[in-house]
Amino acid sequence: MTTTTAPRRRRLDRVRWWTYLLLGVATVVCLFPLYWMFIVATTDTATATRMPPEVVPGGNFLHLAGLVMDTVPFVQSLLNSLVVATSIGIGQAVLCALAGFAFAKLRFPGRNALFLVVVLTMTVPTQLSVIPQYLIMSELGWVDTLQALVVPGLASAFGIFWMRQHISATISDELMQAARIDGASTGQVFWRIVFPIVRPAAFVLGLFGFVTAWNDFLWPFIVLKSPERYTAQIAIKALQNSYDVDLGLAMSGSFLATIPLVVLFVLVGRRMVAGILEGAFKG
Amino acid sequence: MTATLSQASRAAPPPPRTKKIAGVGERLSAYAYIAPFFVIFGVFGLFPFAFTFYVALFDWNPIGDQVFIGFDNFVRMFGDPRFWNAAGNTVSIWALSTVPQLLLALVLAHVLNHARLRFALFFRMSVLVPYITSVAATAIVFVQLFDRDYGLFNWLLGLVGVEPIDFVQSTWGSHLLIATMVMWRWFGYTTLLYLASLQSVPRSVFEAAAIDGAGPWQRFRHITVPSLRAVIIFTVVTSTIGGLQIFTEPLLIATGAPLTCGAVRQCQTLTLFLYEQGFGQFEFGYGSAVGVALFVMVVAIAALNYLLSTRIKADR
Repeated sequence: MTTTTAPRRRRLDRVRWWTYLLLGVATVVCLFPLYWMFIVATTDTATATRMPPEVVPGGNFLHLAGLVMDTVPFVQSLLNSLVVATSIGIGQAVLCALAGFAFAKLRFPGRNALFLVVVLTMTVPTQLSVIPQYLIMSELGWVDTLQALVVPGLASAFGIFWMRQHISATISDELMQAARIDGASTGQVFWRIVFPIVRPAAFVLGLFGFVTAWNDFLWPFIVLKSPERYTAQIAIKALQNSYDVDLGLAMSGSFLATIPLVVLFVLVGRRMVAGILEGAFKG
Repeated sequence: MTATLSQASRAAPPPPRTKKIAGVGERLSAYAYIAPFFVIFGVFGLFPFAFTFYVALFDWNPIGDQVFIGFDNFVRMFGDPRFWNAAGNTVSIWALSTVPQLLLALVLAHVLNHARLRFALFFRMSVLVPYITSVAATAIVFVQLFDRDYGLFNWLLGLVGVEPIDFVQSTWGSHLLIATMVMWRWFGYTTLLYLASLQSVPRSVFEAAAIDGAGPWQRFRHITVPSLRAVIIFTVVTSTIGGLQIFTEPLLIATGAPLTCGAVRQCQTLTLFLYEQGFGQFEFGYGSAVGVALFVMVVAIAALNYLLSTRIKADR
């Protein structure tokens, strides 16, 4: 028995070749569609439909990008997306940190019951109520405005849950008491002590809020009417309506709308991965 | 900047308050901090949700009259073949995308959890790239890749002598195409969720099993899968709720008839049917009835999941 233990153990530690093959294939599958988007976005229609297909980018990108701008106000769309996604990202990070702080560290009547309500709201499939949501927006006069996207996007039950867990785990009661003895008000404790400590977690939450808002489709599609209010995703749909004009057009639009997120992901994607790995399901 | 502020506050603390005032202040601040969520969710989440059930009882024209008609919308819905077609499509697309996705994610999480894996961060980041790609951009690329005449996929099939498949125009093809897009976008995210859970299993458990003679498959089957039970149930529930609300992919793949996802509604999902009735036909009442039906389906499937998971728990 003891003679077989050593080789077996070594075999377990070694990563086998098929592991890399599997992960390599998965990586290609994940990255290829984006690469293909880039190829078609930089070549003309004739090249994009030629078989065997082109595998190197062409030099047609600026021409196609210009065509995109002529068809829809795409720069404006990108700016709209940026405004909406940034507002939601920052707003969610701050509001969820505040509420998470209240649920984790402050004492007030009804705390546990209200937190249970927050958790239960996660089970309400709000996407199914788009018709009444639209009716409310028209009552408020918010149809075809960007605040119709931003304000509902600020509330995140999951974000509150996540920040509460994080604040409970990182801020000790002793630290809270020490701050209190120094005479700091609750607001001062949050802004000067708690928030600087949990800022990395709030940043990751804001990132996910940003990405989700940037990519959102159904609600902006319903509530935005005029082309100068379109977010980038709705502009892609508008480009697709002129699909017969140029195959590369919708692809160029998709590419232009995806580039900002790819850049963001290269810069801070590591923290998004870490955010998921440290998420609610650890332990 | 915040750090400088906090240092400044420690250097010069504001005048101390009495305990009693601090207590009241703490309560008031606490309510103020949680109020935004409750106000926003109440106005834009809970109220519209409840209002859906109300609107569903009306013949509700947004630019005309609202007439109370009781349950007529539901009677009409149950007799509407378009509703059942959309329901069937939704379930079919959901099953085609969820089952392979979760299995693939399990396998990938298992191999990504290897202690000696090189380029681990690169692989982990790569599988998350589809998640940051928008559904709209995904749909545009996949429709092109799977095009009947000019698509890369059909060209590859042609190399091995297979006739080109018209993915968008056929029922199974369109379901497969949509399922592929959903799977592509979510499998990496699910993989990382599983990996997060798997990392909390002590490595010594895997090593001990290997020393006792358990092969890779046995370790996967008897350690990885059971220790992920909670997160698997979670992802089944979330992908079910997400799967029942698939909208953007079917809207974008059939360019000729977007609201029905093709001439014969071959890939129209329930959420797309809801949109078609509500915002295409301006039948807000009927559209809301479809929303209520979707909600009932979500609850039923969540309950079924709960029952199954407690059953499994009891069996173990």
